[in-house]
Amino acid sequence: MPEPPPTDPSDPNATITPGGGGAMSLATSDAETLEGGPIPGGTESGKARSLWSDAWHDLRRNPVFVVSALVIVFLVLIAVWPGLVASGNPLSCDLSKAQEGSQPGHPFGYDAQGCDVYTRTVYGARASITVGVCATAGAALLGSALGGLAGFFGGWWDALLSRLADIFFGIPIILGGLVFLSVVTSGSVWPVVGFIVLLGWPQISRIARGAVVGAKQHDYVQAARALGAGNRRLLLRHIAPNAVAPVIVVATIALGTYIALEATLSFVGVGLKPPTVSWGIDISNASNQIRNAPHMLLWPAGALSVTVLAFIMLGDAVRDALDPKLR
Amino acid sequence: MGRYVIRRLLQMIPVFVGSTFLIFFMVYALGDPVAALFGDKAPDPATAARIRAELYLDQPLWKQYLHYMGQILTGEFGTAFNGQEVIELMADAFPVTLRLTLVAIVFEIVIGITLGLLSGLRRGRTVDTSVLLLTLVVVSIPTFVSGYVLQYLFGVKWDVVSPSVSPAAPLDELLLPGMVLALTSLAYVTRLTRTSLAENARADYLRTAVAKGLPRHRVVSRHLLRNSLIPVVTFIGTDIGALMGGAIVTERIFNIHGVGYQLYQGILRQNSPTVVGFVTILVIVFLVANLLVDLLYAVLDPRIRYA
Repeated sequence: MPEPPPTDPSDPNATITPGGGGAMSLATSDAETLEGGPIPGGTESGKARSLWSDAWHDLRRNPVFVVSALVIVFLVLIAVWPGLVASGNPLSCDLSKAQEGSQPGHPFGYDAQGCDVYTRTVYGARASITVGVCATAGAALLGSALGGLAGFFGGWWDALLSRLADIFFGIPIILGGLVFLSVVTSGSVWPVVGFIVLLGWPQISRIARGAVVGAKQHDYVQAARALGAGNRRLLLRHIAPNAVAPVIVVATIALGTYIALEATLSFVGVGLKPPTVSWGIDISNASNQIRNAPHMLLWPAGALSVTVLAFIMLGDAVRDALDPKLR
Repeated sequence: MGRYVIRRLLQMIPVFVGSTFLIFFMVYALGDPVAALFGDKAPDPATAARIRAELYLDQPLWKQYLHYMGQILTGEFGTAFNGQEVIELMADAFPVTLRLTLVAIVFEIVIGITLGLLSGLRRGRTVDTSVLLLTLVVVSIPTFVSGYVLQYLFGVKWDVVSPSVSPAAPLDELLLPGMVLALTSLAYVTRLTRTSLAENARADYLRTAVAKGLPRHRVVSRHLLRNSLIPVVTFIGTDIGALMGGAIVTERIFNIHGVGYQLYQGILRQNSPTVVGFVTILVIVFLVANLLVDLLYAVLDPRIRYA
């Protein structure tokens, strides 16, 4: 990679938000041609590659990306078809085997109710992945729509939205979860998803707003406007494709943290509730017995940590590929 | 500067009203605090109505909110349903959580910046890669997992520290909980320091400092570190509020009787005055911390001037 251009030190946000510049494709290719460095990957034809194919080229060669993507594919598979790797039923338990350790056919042992820890760990993936994916999709759609429009139109809508986002930022997230979800009696994933979307969209909307504000100042947007393009066309054809990269990066990392958040809420007792099988609930149940049967806690905790790690590493790798400035 | 402070203070008002009203609405409108008082038994209608009138619960919600906020602003936080003054609960809980937060912040500053410095100065080497990997792993382990595992290892297996904290919560017992509370933020501080160092390492003033023959330690401490720490200070400042609110999980694991413990009890028992009172204070702490950070910016970075 060529030396990335020095960042403006007076811009404190440059180091915090991955959002920095919206029109990443322009900025990157400009810097490369100006400094005469080789195009990453060493294509000598000089053919301009889009941001996305360039990023994909980098990603395929990044071991961190490959490993985390494989882990995620595996997790999604067992979330959809848990029967692929676990033959038992997570809800059929035998109290006489409570807290027994590892034995043939039951590698992770049994929990306090005599349920097979291996089966429950496998089935727990579904709740975590569902919450993570749905909450991220919801927060990303809502956040980028609101933030993008605010950044594009500015004015009172922008000011109102910023204050509204501030309000949601002012509520510490676990605290908010305790208050909001303690009135919900259903133990299914949807109230949790709804709550995470409600408190998660401001983060995405800030990033999207910044990216759109950056992208709309570019010459090609002015040119398109001068040629008579309407707001709709400007937003969808010219601005959105150049502002979507930072949103994708933040959303991928957020997916990992949302999964951790769901487990934390379930652990505290306000998230998912039995009979939903969830790592958070299992860890909470096991925490009383940690002194005499630590295996009951370690397996679901390990699965949870690996899942979160996989998504955060994926987001990290995608950010490096889309925004070489931060490497 | 003065005008900027006034503008920021004015901007804080709608945010404060919005956040507290949201919490107030959830606690008072969706739960039924009077029914919660009576537990499983159905309350006598006349008694319930009398309690409602005493607690202002028979008024429309916005009137209840105004009444409540008026009381809070005069220092009157009301009485918890077990008869204890909420302000007494606060006087017991806040010092404990404050100590816990301080321990966590010190860990963040000392360990986070040291690790960030180590990896930032040796970019691309083994130290850098392993520190980066370590921070990723730390970020992905949720607090309640790392809390239990560290409590088990240090408190039970190796018996180095006591696994739970006594009600007085002296500083030495808070070391392990403080570390657990700090872990995630510590990883962010490390990464932020590293990124910031890497960006400033390319700045012209640094090249000048090296070129005029300053010794390396002086270049690093006086020129590089001083400029790189600005975003780190910002992060730590905004983190104070998040740590105090996020201490619920840590306090539960180590049985610390702080803000998180009181809040959790309050929510479990639908003790509305406790919940709204504590949350209001936390929101104020959060907003004031953010304001102070913005002002600190101008002090740390003379290039920024607030009109």
